[in-house]
Amino acid sequence: MEPVVVTGVGAVTPLGVGARALHERWSGGVCGISDGEGPCAEFDAGDFLSTKEARRTDRFTQLAIAACAEALEDAGWREELPYDAVRVGCVLGTGIGGITTLVDGQDTLRERGHEFVSPLSVPLMMSNAGAAALSMRHGLRGPTLAVSTACASGAHALGCALRMLQNGEADAVLAGGSEASLTPLARAAFSALDALSDSGVSRPFDARRDGFVMGEGAGVLVLERREAALQRGARLLGTIRGYGASSDAHHLTAPREDGEGQAAAMLAALADAGAGAADIDYVNAHGTSTPLNDRAETHAIKLALGEHARSIPVSSTKSAIGHLLGAAGAVEAVATLLALRDRIAPPTLGLTEPDEGLDLDYVPGAARPLKPAGESPPLALSNSFGFGGHNAVLCLEAA
Amino acid sequence: MSTAVTQEQIEQVVIESLQTFGADPEEIRPDVTFEALDIDSLDLAELSQIVHEQFGVELKGSDVAEIKTVDDAVRLIASRA
Repeated sequence: MEPVVVTGVGAVTPLGVGARALHERWSGGVCGISDGEGPCAEFDAGDFLSTKEARRTDRFTQLAIAACAEALEDAGWREELPYDAVRVGCVLGTGIGGITTLVDGQDTLRERGHEFVSPLSVPLMMSNAGAAALSMRHGLRGPTLAVSTACASGAHALGCALRMLQNGEADAVLAGGSEASLTPLARAAFSALDALSDSGVSRPFDARRDGFVMGEGAGVLVLERREAALQRGARLLGTIRGYGASSDAHHLTAPREDGEGQAAAMLAALADAGAGAADIDYVNAHGTSTPLNDRAETHAIKLALGEHARSIPVSSTKSAIGHLLGAAGAVEAVATLLALRDRIAPPTLGLTEPDEGLDLDYVPGAARPLKPAGESPPLALSNSFGFGGHNAVLCLEAA
Repeated sequence: MSTAVTQEQIEQVVIESLQTFGADPEEIRPDVTFEALDIDSLDLAELSQIVHEQFGVELKGSDVAEIKTVDDAVRLIASRA
C-alpha cells in the first residue's frame, strides 16, 4: 500500500501558538499548566480571523483554524491547493464540540426566553463545525467530517484520514483534533466523575497522581500520498506507518484494568505498519495522570511490546500541557513526529516518585537523546484512549 | 407598534447590527446589497431577532428572502413598526 506522509504540522497548545512552541518547550521541560488548567493563553482569535469569522466560530473551531493555517504553511501550500479540490479532504476530531456556545444558548434560553436563542447556536456548537470551517476556508471539496470518540478523537481522525488516502478517496487530507472546553460545566462534570486532579498537577505515572488536568488546543497535520507529495517537491516530516483501533467493551469511563483492549489497538497498529515490537523506539503514552489510566496503560504497553517495553522511553505530553481531550491524539502526534525528527525522547514532567508497579522508563523530568536501535528512521507508537472504551494507536516514523 | 419609532432609529439599529455582524462600516449605504456586504441568511436571522426585540416587529423567513438591500430592510421594518 502506498505510504502516507506528513508534510506539515500545526498546533495551538498551552505551551503556545505553533507546533514549534509545543515541541521545543516540552523538550525543554516547560510546563504550560497554570492554576490547575492548561489554557491556550497566547492564542488570540483576532490574529487569524475576521470579525465575521470570529462570530461564526466557537473557540474549538478557532483553535483548529489557527492550527490548520500553520500546518498548510508548513506544508508549503500557498494560495492554491496543490491538488484538485475535490480530492482534498478533512477529518477533525473533537470530544465535546462547541460547549461554550451550548452553554451560552442555554443561559439565554433560561434568562431571556426561547426567541432570543441565537440562530448561530447550532452551526457553532455542532461537532462538525471545525471540519466545516476548514473546508470552507480552504476550499476543500473532498470528503470532510468530524470524528468523536472522546479523548481518542484526534488519533481516530488521523487513522480515518490515513484510510481515506489508502482507499484512494483523496490525494490529501487535513486531519487533526480540536477542543476548547475550559468551562464551569465541563469542570464540574469531570470533577463529579472524580477524573480531574484536585492538586491541579499533571504527573503521569507518579504515585501522587490524582487525576487529569484539563487543557485546550488543536493539532492539524497535512497528510498526502507519498508519491504525489514527492512529485510536488514537498518536504517530508514523517510517515504514518500504521493505525490500530479497538474497543474495551467494558465500562463507560474506566479502562480494562489488564490493559488488553489498549494492547489490542497497539498490536493492530504494529501489524498495520508491518513492524514488530522490537522496531519501536519510543512510545508517546496516553498518560493522563489518572490512577486508572496510567496503570492500565503500563500493562497494555507491556502486553503489546513484551520485554522490549522496558528498553525504550515512554513519556506523556499531558505532563506539559494537560489533557486536550479530543485534540490530544492529534497534538501528541505532532509532538511525537517532531521529537522523532530531532531524535529526542521528551520528558514526563512532574514525575519524581513512580507508582508501585509502574516500572517502565517514563523519561522523568528531562528530555534525553533518542537512540534508534537500527539504521532506519526512528519509529514510535502514539496512544490515545477515550471514555467509552475507544482505543486508537498511531505508528509514526520520522522522515 | 410604538408610534415613537422613526425610520432613522430603525436605520441606526440596522446599521449597528450589520457592523456587529462584520460588515465594513464604510461600505454600508442604503442602496448597497447585503450580498456586497457579505451579509447572508444567518446574519439576517440575527437581524430579525434584534428588530423583534427593539421594535416588536416580526420578520419571517419569507420576508427576509425578499429584502436585498439595507434600504429594503429599513423600509420593511418601518412599515410594520
